[in-house]
Amino acid sequence: MLPEIGHFALILALLLAAAQAFFGLAGPALGRDRWLAVVGPAVTGQFVMVSAAIGTLLVAFVQNDFSVAYVAQNSNSALPVFYRVAALWGAHEGSLLLWGWILVAWTLAVALRSRQLPARFAARVLGVLGIVSVGFHLFTLATSNPFARLFPAAPDGRDLNPLLQDPALAAHPPMLYAGYVGFSVAFAFACAAMLEGRLDQAWARWTRPWTTVAWAFLTIGIGLGSWWAYYELGWGGYWFWDPVENASFMPWLIGTALIHSLAVTEKRGLFKSWTLLLAILAFSLSLLGTFLVRSGVLVSVHSFAADPARGIFILSFLVVMIGGALALYAWRAPQLKSRAGFELTSRESFLLFNNILLVVATATVFAGTMAPLISDALGLGTLSVGAQYFDPTFLLPMLPLLALAAVGLHASWKKGRLGERRGALLVTLVCGLLLAVAVIVGASGGTAVLTPVGLALGGWLLLSALIDPVDRLRRRLSLTPAIVGMALSHAALGLFVISLTTVESYTAERDVALGVGESATVGQYEYRFLGLQPLEGPNYDGVRGEIAVFEDGRQVSLLHPEKRRYWVQQSVMTEAGIDMQFSRDIFAALGEDLGSGRWSVRAQVRPMINYLWLSALLMAFGGLIAAADRRYRRPVATPQAQQVPVAADQGVGQALPGRAG
Amino acid sequence: MNRFLLPLGAFVLLVVVLAIGVSRAPEKSVIPSALLNRPAPQFLLPQLGSATDFDSRRMQGQWYLLNVWGTWCVGCRTEHDMLLEIQQQGRLPIVGLNWKDEDGAAVQWLQELGNPYAYVALDREGRVAIDWGVYGAPESFLIDPAGVVVYKHVGPITAEVWQREFLTRLPPPAGDGSTPLAVPQLPPVGAVPPAAVAGAGAAS
Repeated sequence: MLPEIGHFALILALLLAAAQAFFGLAGPALGRDRWLAVVGPAVTGQFVMVSAAIGTLLVAFVQNDFSVAYVAQNSNSALPVFYRVAALWGAHEGSLLLWGWILVAWTLAVALRSRQLPARFAARVLGVLGIVSVGFHLFTLATSNPFARLFPAAPDGRDLNPLLQDPALAAHPPMLYAGYVGFSVAFAFACAAMLEGRLDQAWARWTRPWTTVAWAFLTIGIGLGSWWAYYELGWGGYWFWDPVENASFMPWLIGTALIHSLAVTEKRGLFKSWTLLLAILAFSLSLLGTFLVRSGVLVSVHSFAADPARGIFILSFLVVMIGGALALYAWRAPQLKSRAGFELTSRESFLLFNNILLVVATATVFAGTMAPLISDALGLGTLSVGAQYFDPTFLLPMLPLLALAAVGLHASWKKGRLGERRGALLVTLVCGLLLAVAVIVGASGGTAVLTPVGLALGGWLLLSALIDPVDRLRRRLSLTPAIVGMALSHAALGLFVISLTTVESYTAERDVALGVGESATVGQYEYRFLGLQPLEGPNYDGVRGEIAVFEDGRQVSLLHPEKRRYWVQQSVMTEAGIDMQFSRDIFAALGEDLGSGRWSVRAQVRPMINYLWLSALLMAFGGLIAAADRRYRRPVATPQAQQVPVAADQGVGQALPGRAG
Repeated sequence: MNRFLLPLGAFVLLVVVLAIGVSRAPEKSVIPSALLNRPAPQFLLPQLGSATDFDSRRMQGQWYLLNVWGTWCVGCRTEHDMLLEIQQQGRLPIVGLNWKDEDGAAVQWLQELGNPYAYVALDREGRVAIDWGVYGAPESFLIDPAGVVVYKHVGPITAEVWQREFLTRLPPPAGDGSTPLAVPQLPPVGAVPPAAVAGAGAAS
């Protein structure tokens, strides 16, 4: 009975979303202000209904209700409860439902905070979000119903894909979706502004925190995905330029550009049409990402639920949403004129170059991701684009971007004066260069052309980002969240570049065949295979190896890589043994059983690799802190705007930018 | 023409490419079998409801369908009615490869849902399935009288798939009944020797 209630609740949610879209858009367009009163309750009702729908599915998972086909296909009675919950978004149907729920949660957050917005504008924002909701609920109901029954019921389920039975991956989709969906808010703000035909600096100030929070979630989501790939896929890599990774990375790059462009629009009223275009693009790329993953157009490891019927639906949805928004843009954007000018070395210039470089980088990723598809569509044969394309073409715009960021952080608006910061910038640049020299002299081998470049740029940016807060602390000036957040994110980017360069330059890795008692040398390390024990988990069995790692004859680590066989799906999973140390990761993964007690072992020692994900996390934190800045909560229209009602449901709290960080 | 139309133009181009991609997606979703147009691997396995082993060579000289199934497999349950329908049509016998299953569960399944199979071979350890390159259940192979794998279908066979992919590959039915297809007698499932059921627990 419960799943049917859930199904029905989702249908009601669809109707409420349609009401929200219609009254939110038609009310202001026809000048019927009384219609606006419908929009808020429709949002709340929709939130309640989608929550009920997702709640019933959750109950079905926790209670092992294998009469629900989706549960039977993605869970098992032996699966621990935590993963039964995570199994909800372990496949296509539930993922969509989660997408829809996060979207409604964001919408509700916007509705609750919309009192500081003009009523008609707020209604239009919610109306556009309503259209997005309609699309997603309709998609779920028409092509991907997670509540469908299985008759007769299965005695037990097929289990969650063992690759997904992992804490980081359990958290990866919700974070990613929160980011994707978050960009829908910026998109809705952009559409509403275009419908109004007016875009001012207040608009940019309303849009900024939402965009920044969405970006922060996306950053965490991508970071988690990369971390998971590193320790779970068993290859020891952290980024593969896989189409699905690219699909999440492109909105991130455009989102980053949007954050910076919004800053210019807010402070100086410039880049208006450009900001609008970026807001449309960020969400379009999020939708495109969903399309690529879900339609089966690009076959990749992630496309476990490829289905052409779904592809056609999403494509139509893309045409309506993106096509509509871009048509609106072509019509309205020419009317948005910017008055002011700026000098070549002003902050506006730096941010303009930031935007250009980020868009160029996105374009190269886009080209590489779409090339196989285009080649296939034109009948030119199968084309595979890998790291040898992406690495150099992506780095080309990124390297100048880092240098521009280090300087641009200190440029002042309008006038191109670095002033007193010139000395500090020079000092930090010298420090960056010294860091590069120190690392290269200290390390033995592995140095490439880009090693000093990356280290120097990363070190420079890291220190340059800290100049401002340190200076303010010394002069006992106040530090606003905006300043702290900005400094943290940029310093984290510097740290990211340093660790990326170090990992790429100084990783020692080798694939070796080892029998018990045997050793192999990997760089300056010695891997000794001590033994193998049988292993039994809640829903798998397997073997657990023990490998000691020595450096200069001294044992530095003891690793326990595992090879697990999950019972239900009979799939074998590699659980790498990783010793996370302060300055490096010592890694071993069991490959194949070569017979007669010998195993192939992938051995890697990667310096500083943890700082990749740590810096991604810090970057996201910086964004959350900046979004919490008080000026975004300052009342604009009415004095009671600051009394933001706290939502009863805890899930909403996550999406409220004011409380994050 | 204003420059603000450019994004829309680029998007239209993208949609065209994606639409072509979507229309071609079904072809790509088929996982090609390395066995296609090759001789089917032969095997000798214990047989459900019979004391003698099942030797795949006995199927030589006739068309047959090898269906990989298991009672743990949700898709197989969906497919079962279609298999019964195929059996009723009598165009060709179905050999069931009971994959990584418990014999007792398999017997119970066939008693409850009906038995579409001419023979059920018990691949308890899943070794034969490896030879056949089985990726998941259900999976079905169409084998011609020369013992060559003509077609492989991944996932449940639906009426549409049966019509489009299988029947089109089969020779037209002999209308005058001069060469009836040899459909072997089904062993009555109820009459399973106790030994077969007792051995059920051994399967992993």
